[in-house]
Amino acid sequence: MKVAMPVNGQSMQDEVCESFGRAPFFLFYDTESEVPNFVDNVAAKSRGGAGIQAAQSLVDAAADVLLTPRCGENAAEVLAAANVAVYKTEGRSIEANLEAFGNGSLPLLQETHPGFHGHQND
Amino acid sequence: MVPCPCCKKHIPDSMDTRMTNPKVAVLSGKGGTGKTLLAVNLAEVAGRSLYLDCDVEEPNGHLFFRPAELETQAIQVKIPQIDADLCDGCKICVDFCKFNALAFAGSKWILFEEICHSCGGCTLVCPQHALSERDKTIGQVQNGISEQVCVYSGFLNPGEASGIPIIKKLLAETRTADTAVIIDCPPGSACIVMESIKDADYCLLVAEPTIFGAHNLQMVHELVTLFHKPCGVVLNKCQAGDNPSERYCVEHDLPIVGRIDFDPVLGRLNSDGKIAARVSGTYNQRFSVIWQTILEETQLETAINS
Repeated sequence: MKVAMPVNGQSMQDEVCESFGRAPFFLFYDTESEVPNFVDNVAAKSRGGAGIQAAQSLVDAAADVLLTPRCGENAAEVLAAANVAVYKTEGRSIEANLEAFGNGSLPLLQETHPGFHGHQND
Repeated sequence: MVPCPCCKKHIPDSMDTRMTNPKVAVLSGKGGTGKTLLAVNLAEVAGRSLYLDCDVEEPNGHLFFRPAELETQAIQVKIPQIDADLCDGCKICVDFCKFNALAFAGSKWILFEEICHSCGGCTLVCPQHALSERDKTIGQVQNGISEQVCVYSGFLNPGEASGIPIIKKLLAETRTADTAVIIDCPPGSACIVMESIKDADYCLLVAEPTIFGAHNLQMVHELVTLFHKPCGVVLNKCQAGDNPSERYCVEHDLPIVGRIDFDPVLGRLNSDGKIAARVSGTYNQRFSVIWQTILEETQLETAINS
């Protein structure tokens, strides 16, 4: 299973990013091989619709699951269309969240927020 | 009548019209400085005039004019639609859209209508010709008459990406106008304001007597300078003491074409939705003086530029 997560840096010691669409990097973690792969978030610098573009990149990368503190409603619509399950992270630790997800203790993300149409660096 | 500056004999019709019937855009770097107050009252004292409310996100000039004989016209833009049978999921349209209004996920093409800027690019780049355009209503233009003022107001539906198509429609009215035109602009200095001042002969900048007001004045001053528009300033809400906006005008050689004192009487008239120049002799005179100054300024500019 391919797990995606918005992160602030390119190591497992970095933190989960508070933002989904404008996170600097995404971690793709393969739960079978346990190999982490950090990639630049192409949407981070987009002028608007960053969440949509970030969600598209996750879909294109064939992510099965997204772990994130927050998610906009437009991004959620794209992820839902591709059956990407979205779970809510707890705390900032990447490893703790991966472990919690593995244990089945992360909740599904229930609430999505409206988009900001580029007016806020979300 | 001013004789033609080049031949000193006749005045071409177009020039004459421009001198006596200028298109004046009223703008400011922030909301609440008195743009609508100025625009509405200047339209009132200009005699027969055309008032355009280009502040399409929150038009309020009509609340003062209460125009009669209303006519309404829906304004539409083009947005893409898909023929799912033709789409092969190549995502060229998704990559093309600079606004990220499109996505393709789980074999489903998704359009985020409120993000689409109607550029039409996606329909052009689709190799399968699966995309076509359809109309989408984004707002309306309303026009009516209020005594001698012809009132046009643009209304953008909440949540829409851009009011520019509505402003273009409003400005189209100025091409056939044979009266003075007052353009009530949106606040700020973004593209929607640039669109509103594009056809103006003169820009009137309204400024508050605060440091914040002076900063906002600078923003719009830089904008109109960029567009090579002649401009002048009305200092609004003037009180005793230092006026940072006035200082800015002096430092930058900006003509001050009027001053309006901070006056509870004017505030009350405005809050009651009254047009001060229509109900108060004093204010009719004050706004007339400002209008005359603007006319003189525009004639001066015409002479200089000829």
